[in-house]
Amino acid sequence: MLRLDGVTKVFRTGVFGRAAFTAVSDVTFDVEQGEIVSLIGESGSGKTTVGRMILRLTRATAGAVTMDGRDVATLGRTDVRAYYGSVQGIFQDPFSSYNPVFKVDRVLGMIRTNYLPGMSDADWKAKVRGSLEAVGLEPADVLGKYPHQLSGGQLQRLLIARALMLELRFLVADEIISMLDASTRIDVLNLLGDLRARGLGVLFVTHDLALGNYISDRTIILRRGRVVEMGSTRKVFDRPAHPYTQMLLTSVPHLSEKWGAGAVEAPTALDDASDGPLRPIDDDHFVAI
Amino acid sequence: MSLAVDNLRVYYRTLRGDVKALDGVTFGVADREIMGIAGESGCGKTTLGKSLIRLDSRMRVVEGTVTLDGVRMPIEDDRAMNEYRFRDVSIVPQYAMSALNPIRKIGRMISELLTARGVSYDETFPELSRRLALVGLGDAVLDRYPIELSGGMKQRVVMVLSTLLNPSLLIADELTSALDVSTQKAVAEMLVEFRDRGFVKSTIVITHDLSVLYQIADTILVMYAGKLVEKAPAAELTASPKHPYTQLLLASLPEVGVRFAEKRLTGIPGRPPSLLNPPKGCRFRARCPLAFDKCAEEPPFTEVAPGRYAACWKAAA
Repeated sequence: MLRLDGVTKVFRTGVFGRAAFTAVSDVTFDVEQGEIVSLIGESGSGKTTVGRMILRLTRATAGAVTMDGRDVATLGRTDVRAYYGSVQGIFQDPFSSYNPVFKVDRVLGMIRTNYLPGMSDADWKAKVRGSLEAVGLEPADVLGKYPHQLSGGQLQRLLIARALMLELRFLVADEIISMLDASTRIDVLNLLGDLRARGLGVLFVTHDLALGNYISDRTIILRRGRVVEMGSTRKVFDRPAHPYTQMLLTSVPHLSEKWGAGAVEAPTALDDASDGPLRPIDDDHFVAI
Repeated sequence: MSLAVDNLRVYYRTLRGDVKALDGVTFGVADREIMGIAGESGCGKTTLGKSLIRLDSRMRVVEGTVTLDGVRMPIEDDRAMNEYRFRDVSIVPQYAMSALNPIRKIGRMISELLTARGVSYDETFPELSRRLALVGLGDAVLDRYPIELSGGMKQRVVMVLSTLLNPSLLIADELTSALDVSTQKAVAEMLVEFRDRGFVKSTIVITHDLSVLYQIADTILVMYAGKLVEKAPAAELTASPKHPYTQLLLASLPEVGVRFAEKRLTGIPGRPPSLLNPPKGCRFRARCPLAFDKCAEEPPFTEVAPGRYAACWKAAA
């Protein structure tokens, strides 16, 4: 459904933009309907830039992002509106997605103004109620409130509810639960799992391996803008083939097992010059060594 | 006992009344102990950490005492506390990366801080250099501006700086939360190393991440809505939690290996109570699956098994 083909993003930096920084380099993957793909990487790995290119917030320097075969960068004005009707993004900080001056209802109202202008009040109310219930919110708890009166988990679920009011097919979820409390983050994650069953495709951008492993069907490990390993989540986590993936997995703190003795090799110490092109080592398991 | 906190109550003044962020907390930290404090946002863990070193202007000590190495600390007196800060109590703040002065080179900043405490920079320099080397940084870092360092490097600089005068108590607030997994491991292990080498006597690590605490802490204290909920040796707390809140919190954490399709985890329904007018009795009562009549009465924080403390009627039984 959604496909990235050799996507590269080079940022100009330095005085007069003379220096170049390659944030994303030759990234190719696709996400099918009803599939959750985790994009895992450390800070600066380019994972957020990938999400931004899918959402047309940043233009790719080379390569193309296509939705059902159409390049999303060159959509015309009406097509863009249709695109955002089916592809949406949700970001890390739910508080900054709301204008604190207005009640939270406003973010829902904007969907009505832009996408459902002909809908009657009764139908609209039913739709709001339905989508709030789908994300596990009690309408009376959230409607008519200001953002500061709600918890981060409630605000984040409200944004998902908002996305659901559209005929949403693909969601870019960029670190959507890293600011939530442990007792509520799992509910938001489960919600993504339930939406997958309804056919939603999700790019789950995270730095937390345990979360990616819990929810996703496929996993992409990104390092410094390059895909170093990708494939079915089970294979990547059970049999990590790239040294970087292995290093990440041994650094994850577990609750039942202590970190192994010995110093951690810093990610920079790993030699990435040896990275070759991605090659298959198993069915749906690719590694760049 | 290096640190003893007795019935500490710290409230925030707001226009709508006092927010009872820390409501009667009693515990001790032994010499050479790393104690973790865990809990969700708003449980009072950061308030507790701040109370031990510096109250902000909205905070007020209502009741209670803090004793460090047998000396009662004047925590309610911002000026009097100056004598203890850095020498006896030190903190690595939540955003250590932004704790450094951006317009000073690291070396100059450290020198100014030491001078302010009447300590000679030149005499301290050999030890500073040795400790920087220990965390994998060279002296060259002293000639850099904070902007030239990565997040993990800044975190390490702040750790070396905070512990330079060998404080009796170090408070690390969400030290590793903003770091990547590989850096997180290195920084967390550094806390243990600093304790082992005697740079700090006891350490309080505040975090929402129980799995990091399990890795490095000797004991874990769990807080909920301004109260202590449970305290136990780290391995025992994570393996067999006694308090229903700790049990549910641990059950909601996805471990690597747990998958949605095979084992669906659940969160804790509901929200913590407002601390403006907290409910009487057990504060977790409204979300607790085990709640019964007696929970309307506040459960005491008592020893339920050797070395294990919990505030729950069911755990005591």
